[in-house]
Amino acid sequence: MQTRMVEIWVGLFVAAGLAALLMLSLQVSNLSSMSGDDGYTIKARFDNIGGLKVRSAVKMGGVLIGRVASIDLDPVTFEAVVSMTMDPRFNQLPQDSSASIFTAGLLGEQYVGIEPGGADEVLKDGDTLLLSQSALVLEQLIGQFLFSQGSKDKNAGE
Amino acid sequence: MNGLQWLGASALGFFRRLGRGHLFFLDTLVALPANWLRPRLIVQQTYAIGVLSMIIIVVSGLFVGMVLALQGYNTLVDFGAEESLGVVVALSLVRELGPVVAALLFAGRAGSALTAEIGLMKATEQLSGMEMMAVNPISRVIAPRFWGSFLSMPLLAAVFSAVGVLGGYFVGVGLLGVDEGAFWSQMRDKVDFHDDVMNGVIKSIVFGVVAGWIALFEGYDAVPTSEGVSRATTRTVVHTSLAVLGLDFILTALMFGE
Repeated sequence: MQTRMVEIWVGLFVAAGLAALLMLSLQVSNLSSMSGDDGYTIKARFDNIGGLKVRSAVKMGGVLIGRVASIDLDPVTFEAVVSMTMDPRFNQLPQDSSASIFTAGLLGEQYVGIEPGGADEVLKDGDTLLLSQSALVLEQLIGQFLFSQGSKDKNAGE
Repeated sequence: MNGLQWLGASALGFFRRLGRGHLFFLDTLVALPANWLRPRLIVQQTYAIGVLSMIIIVVSGLFVGMVLALQGYNTLVDFGAEESLGVVVALSLVRELGPVVAALLFAGRAGSALTAEIGLMKATEQLSGMEMMAVNPISRVIAPRFWGSFLSMPLLAAVFSAVGVLGGYFVGVGLLGVDEGAFWSQMRDKVDFHDDVMNGVIKSIVFGVVAGWIALFEGYDAVPTSEGVSRATTRTVVHTSLAVLGLDFILTALMFGE
């Protein structure tokens, strides 16, 4: 085969390989959606974060508006401090918004849901959400349920 | 006594071969940079190693992706989670099956050909002839082929994964009726560029180096008879497959260990 044809085929091969890589990075993986660090950071304190992980979603009204950047424990108050990187397009969140930890579906992943408040001031970089609601831990719920059932039976018996 | 001697001889032979293999690898590494002075040699070898392997890689990738989608769907539909089919197909292809199966096919398709070619060159004393003419066979014959497999392997693995995802898409969305938007969006949500795609690429680069090294060394070290070349070719396929599978476990443990 002529050298020219060989070179053309190799060029095609390399182009196909790079196109496949490009497809894997843009179409298959999450490289295209929100590349992490740009945006502003807000914090929220929770008594219990359940199964929340770094890179979990932050949603408002079901729409993804940020990602959990880091999770830490306050050594004094023993509260979990969750830092979230927010999409800079949504920089009009009221200052008295509240954060809760929800579960997607019955057994799905946990995410931070933000409910907008009514204040005029908006959240700025580094602000902390004052209102928060912890994750529902299934074991605690079942424990409470059994406990209340038990005490009800006892009351009925007396 | 004879048994003891046999044991000692085979142990010594094993370590001699291991040493020769590493010295050969070092010689090849030293010869690699100078090869870019004559890129045409590399292009020719990339054609023989990479381009001619494309058909088997594309067809296998397509069918592997389609089978993954069929099997994954049957399991997922029991949990009402068939929307996650894209995640299952993409993660298994990008992390494991793409690099590993592409490397196994590569060993069978290109590695065996490399060994046979170089073994025959040795048997017909072409390599010695080159040395007589003061041409270093390592830099003239071995290094371009090493470049070829080093460059081809990541590209072939990427093509394998991409075609496999498309195959999974055809079966999952076209045949089984999974929602198209959920297929892609769940996939994009769960597959991470650095943790999954890049680790797959790193794996395939390692496999390319190992597959090229084993194939070329087996050919270079073959007993220069027709029987010796045939045994070397068999060893290439067996050793490359074992090395790829073993290395894959180690790399997976390192990358996804925590």
